[in-house]
Amino acid sequence: MSEKILNSGEKTATRDAYGKALVKLGGENRDIVVLDADLSKSTKTADFAKVFPERFFNMGIAEQNLIGFSAGLAASGKVPFASTFAVFATGRAFEQIRNSVAYPKLNVKVAATHAGISVGEDGASHQAIEDIAVMRSLPNMTVLVPADAQETYQVIKKAAEYQGPVYIRMGRLAVPVLFDETYNFKIGQANIVRDGKDATVFAIGLMVHEAIKAAEELSSQGIEIAVVNCASIKPIDREMVIRMAKQTGAVVTAEEHTIIGGLGSAVAEILSENYPVHMARVGIKDVFGESGKPDELLVKYGLTYSEIIKAVKDVLAKKQS
Amino acid sequence: MTIIEEMARKIRIDIIQMLAAAKSGHPGGSLSAADILAVLYFKEMRVDPENPHWPDRDRFVLSKGHAAPVLYAALAERGFFPTEELLQLRKTGHFLQGHPDMKKVPGVDMSTGSLGQGISAAAGMALAGKIDHKDFRVFTLLGDGEIAEGLVWEAAMAAAHYKLDNLVAILDYNGLQIDGRNEDVMNSAPVADKWRAFGWNVIEVDGHDLEQLMNAFELTKNLRGKPSIIIAKTIKGKGVSFMENQAGWHGNAPSPEQADSALRELKGGKDHE
Ligand SMILES: Cc1ncc(C[n+]2csc(CCOP(=O)(O)OP(=O)(O)O)c2C)c(N)n1
Ligand SMILES: [Mg+2]
Repeated sequence: MSEKILNSGEKTATRDAYGKALVKLGGENRDIVVLDADLSKSTKTADFAKVFPERFFNMGIAEQNLIGFSAGLAASGKVPFASTFAVFATGRAFEQIRNSVAYPKLNVKVAATHAGISVGEDGASHQAIEDIAVMRSLPNMTVLVPADAQETYQVIKKAAEYQGPVYIRMGRLAVPVLFDETYNFKIGQANIVRDGKDATVFAIGLMVHEAIKAAEELSSQGIEIAVVNCASIKPIDREMVIRMAKQTGAVVTAEEHTIIGGLGSAVAEILSENYPVHMARVGIKDVFGESGKPDELLVKYGLTYSEIIKAVKDVLAKKQS
Repeated sequence: MTIIEEMARKIRIDIIQMLAAAKSGHPGGSLSAADILAVLYFKEMRVDPENPHWPDRDRFVLSKGHAAPVLYAALAERGFFPTEELLQLRKTGHFLQGHPDMKKVPGVDMSTGSLGQGISAAAGMALAGKIDHKDFRVFTLLGDGEIAEGLVWEAAMAAAHYKLDNLVAILDYNGLQIDGRNEDVMNSAPVADKWRAFGWNVIEVDGHDLEQLMNAFELTKNLRGKPSIIIAKTIKGKGVSFMENQAGWHGNAPSPEQADSALRELKGGKDHE
């Protein structure tokens, strides 16, 4: 089995789709304003700045102020999208998000890019592996993680329509396109990418792609797993999680995030209280990342389809014993 | 050519070589600080490469952590680790991380990479020196985009409050950050007035004039009761003409051809390395 992570074929980073989505939605809704903290070329808010310079505001390297200004803009009727790298958005500005955005339930969209270890060469200081956990812990906060370019567009659109705080997590790395124009994302809804009877893999972000590869490989071995994309991590699709646990009796979660507090925890919280089944979490095992090529790091930190296959076999063995 | 001049040149050559090998990283802000680091590591700082954790050493905190290549080059040239290691920068499993990691790299006194945090930690080290009645000094290098961070000013206020005259900040005043010129992205002028108002000694120099830099550091030794900042006017990308004053060279590595041309220019036609 090869460890190659990425398919050939069409690939786009979710951050690229974000830039394009902002331009489209900016034309439809004049209340949308975009703020950045000296990373507009990387987060792709520069696309919006080019078309709507009068509605783009660079705050300089000052993430706390980025969120503070956004709160004020939202309190005055604007729909601010505030962007920087996920580490700085949810780290440096955490308490601004907590007390000035989530607590007063203001209509701020924290749209962060460069999440996860696939940031690559910049190293651990720039690889957010805990952002979902901290954002998910905040009351009033919605947390969305698109898996491809098409879903990113829908996530941004739904976030703009929704009234209230939203955290959107996007990546630096180009990923294959998974969904077509008929796909309809809804906040609070998971979607079955592939059905199966033996086990369910709940996945987010680039791990959805790995889960599909794992499903194909396992299918050739006579094991049929379901793959569910949980782009809406909060609110999570409770009914779907329970239904799939009942249908398959074994569950694996897969996320480019620490196994503490992210998707794995969200699914475990629901199942342990409602329908406990054997479960395994694929994710970063409570360690910081490091510098390196993204695909090498994904292998080194166990974020591949072969890790998912191992986890599936592990829960299947427990289920059968 | 003085030793320090020669070292600054070597550091610049190392920076280009390591970034070309890594195929990613930050040349602009590394090259702009090469003369400052050469003066620090080959004249000003009391360090012992054989004993990187010597409690009485002077400390250096690279608050603008993305300029790791200039720090690694200075440390390697000073003897903290072999210069050959530089070519492994940013590779999976190697100790030279994209941003400085104090647990992995000998001579790195603080892990940095998140802008604004380095000066705060540097001030804490200076305070520890005061508590223990030690005579070591703490140096920290700031970017001019970085000083938009509120934390920089929280640290500045506290360093003056605690009279940390063993703390010397250097501002790499190259006028550029990622999205363009400081004055277009977030205007921080007048910079010197702000530091003075926060209770610091301010010395303004040409950051590529080694004499001026050495004199400025000398001066800070005798300024008592306040922290000092050397505002060093620099050119981002200094020494490689096609990189000079170009915001686009903030975070892109040179191609092999570009690296060749940069190295030719830095070696001045002579075959040194
Ligand atoms: C808290 C934080 N926000 C954003 C970044 C991303 N970033 C890295 S370098 C940089 C620009 C730095 O500009 P400046 O301080 O002027 O450095 P120099 O010109 O000396 O390279 C930014 C925004 C970061 N590393 N840390
Ligand atoms: Mg600068």
